[in-house]
Amino acid sequence: MTTTADTPQTPEATAPSQGKPGGGLRGRLDSLPKPVRWAVLALLVAGAYLLPYAADVPVLGPQLVTEGIDWASALFNVSYFVLLALGLNVVVGFAGLLDLGYVGFYAVGAYTVALLASGDSVFGTKWTWLATIPIAIAIALFSGLILGWPTLRLRGDYLAIVTLGFAEIIRITADSTPDFLRGDQGFTGIPHPPGTFSDGTPVFGVRDATPYFWLGVTIIIIVVLALRNLERSRVGRSWLAIREDEEAAEVMGVRTVKYKLWAFAIGACVGGLGGVLFAGQNGFVNSAMFQLQLSILVLAGVVMGGSGNMAGAILGGALISYIPDRLRGTQILDRDAYEYRYLLFGVIIILIMIFRPQGLIPSRRRALELKDRAREVAPQ
Amino acid sequence: MSEPHTESTEWDDETSRQRVDEPIPTTIGVPHERSSAGAGPAPVPGGAALLEVDNVTLRFGGVTALDGVSFTIRQGEIFGLIGPNGAGKTTCFNAMTGIYRPTDGEIRFTGKRVTGLRKYEITSMGIARTFQNIRLFPEMTALENVMVGADAHHKTSVLGALFRLPRHRREEAQGREKSLRLLEFVGIRHRAGHVARNLSYGEQRRLEIARALATDPKLLCLDEPAAGFNPAEKEDLLQLIRRVRDTGVTVLLIEHDMRLVMGVTDRIAVLEFGRKIAEGTPAEVRDDPKVIAAYLGVPADAA
Ligand SMILES: Nc1ncnc2c1ncn2[C@@H]1O[C@H](COP(=O)(O)OP(=O)(O)OP(=O)(O)O)[C@@H](O)[C@H]1O
Ligand SMILES: [Mg+2]
Repeated sequence: MTTTADTPQTPEATAPSQGKPGGGLRGRLDSLPKPVRWAVLALLVAGAYLLPYAADVPVLGPQLVTEGIDWASALFNVSYFVLLALGLNVVVGFAGLLDLGYVGFYAVGAYTVALLASGDSVFGTKWTWLATIPIAIAIALFSGLILGWPTLRLRGDYLAIVTLGFAEIIRITADSTPDFLRGDQGFTGIPHPPGTFSDGTPVFGVRDATPYFWLGVTIIIIVVLALRNLERSRVGRSWLAIREDEEAAEVMGVRTVKYKLWAFAIGACVGGLGGVLFAGQNGFVNSAMFQLQLSILVLAGVVMGGSGNMAGAILGGALISYIPDRLRGTQILDRDAYEYRYLLFGVIIILIMIFRPQGLIPSRRRALELKDRAREVAPQ
Repeated sequence: MSEPHTESTEWDDETSRQRVDEPIPTTIGVPHERSSAGAGPAPVPGGAALLEVDNVTLRFGGVTALDGVSFTIRQGEIFGLIGPNGAGKTTCFNAMTGIYRPTDGEIRFTGKRVTGLRKYEITSMGIARTFQNIRLFPEMTALENVMVGADAHHKTSVLGALFRLPRHRREEAQGREKSLRLLEFVGIRHRAGHVARNLSYGEQRRLEIARALATDPKLLCLDEPAAGFNPAEKEDLLQLIRRVRDTGVTVLLIEHDMRLVMGVTDRIAVLEFGRKIAEGTPAEVRDDPKVIAAYLGVPADAA
């Protein structure tokens, strides 16, 4: 909050640190002077773009890269999982609404691209990938509003059930409309993003996923900047106020339903964007890709990383994608370690909940809220 | 998005540092059209009706918390609402601010019906309140708490914030400035950058008042703002309430401390078991046998 190193002359500049949980990475970053902070961020961004070359780093590199799946593809997977985690973090972390069906919006994004661009679609429009983006985002937003409008008056646990149902409805609809959403059979031939090199080969081909990863990182940066603007405005304040005391917030003039709806719609947009990115790389979309587990996985990522904090969501989203991919091709007890991934996640989540309940990179406020709650449960 | 003053992590303190040596404002001086509408700077007892509680009944299952209660608050006065524990005072606030809906009867504010409106609509009409059990946003800073109140009249929303449109930035700057002024007004400007939960009890009570004032109310409802205060703190609060009134805001005060109520209010209504048993000037109410009986626990007809 206020621990900038260059403000020692006011007492309040240093005092508020009392309520903070052990600063850690975040506290240290915040305490750096601003130019240094920007430099660190710039380095992180540059590092992200250079990740495809990680294998060339001596000693560490070979440990980091995946074996059972090519490194660029693993990185691309990370990028759209991060996008999903960022979107879900708006709903769960910022506004405090439990959404168990977030994969539904991801499906909406991917299916919109498929319907408008794939040759298998009943529409036969065969648009380019780029042209489908605005429509896909609009439809994801719209689906967020449609789902949110009737349900956001519900209490937390009911909302969770309804959202869960929403994602399942989309998947089941896909399964039961072989002519329209084409179930298991799916859509093939979804076009890739545009662009060719000077020698005529496409930038976004089928063999190398690296350009897709770079595209993903770029989208992530744009999304982070946009969400940051929201977080630091009355929108972010309203979400926070709703999360902390919904009734008091409304008495203070916050239009609670409106802002909860916005959280839902914005989360849906980002999820839809994840679907668009995925469809554009994979070229194929079917109903098996939108299982319930995916929603739970992304939620686990957000919670693991640190709900309510974008850096945490990014880390969590990256881990839920990276860990299973890294396990592929390594053997544990004569089996591919990948098969143990859910077991491993279970253990990791339990460990995090025991040792760091606020997540790996906690939102400072969230950490305080959790502490308060812990005190309520177990008064000394 | 990188100008220093937009950094939520910094501007609270930066701005307050720049402004310490400015003269302390004597009025809230809120730059909004609505706060000045009609209300002069001086108390106007006997002014126009601002809030009319008209025969309001409110039942919770078998409990009748309010039973045909009526009273009228006039523009510019400090109105007291008193009564023993469980008399229905807080319930009355809750009915006025849209938290409960009366079973029967109607509440009008500036002649318009507020019963049935949503809470934020009532707030934007000009009723603000504090809570008996403090309900701040504990993990937000004092300044952010007040800014939530100030946002009540802001026009820009998601699109403005997303693209940082000029109007959004203007409103953000105004809201911040107004909130700092209000923190100054209630005397906790130096705490602007602290999270609310780290404020002392007295500071939290003041912060609630600042947050309520930030919504530009015509009527400020205070639910036992002096509960748990020592005499010196009560005296400060009394001054604060008078200063609020002097800026043109009408005040409705629930308070148990008789000395405080008698000292600051222009008129008082007394509730007992959900019924209004008396209304009048402090002197009239103090001498009313029914009120004395209610406070001493003697049945009214026996007194
Ligand atoms: N939500 C509710 N459900 C049921 N009964 C309620 C509810 N709120 C208030 N009551 C009852 O209504 C009556 C009036 O309560 P209220 O809180 O308005 O009293 P009060 O005058 O504010 O008292 P105090 O001085 O203790 O704050 C009490 O009997 C209380 O138990
Ligand atoms: Mg009460």
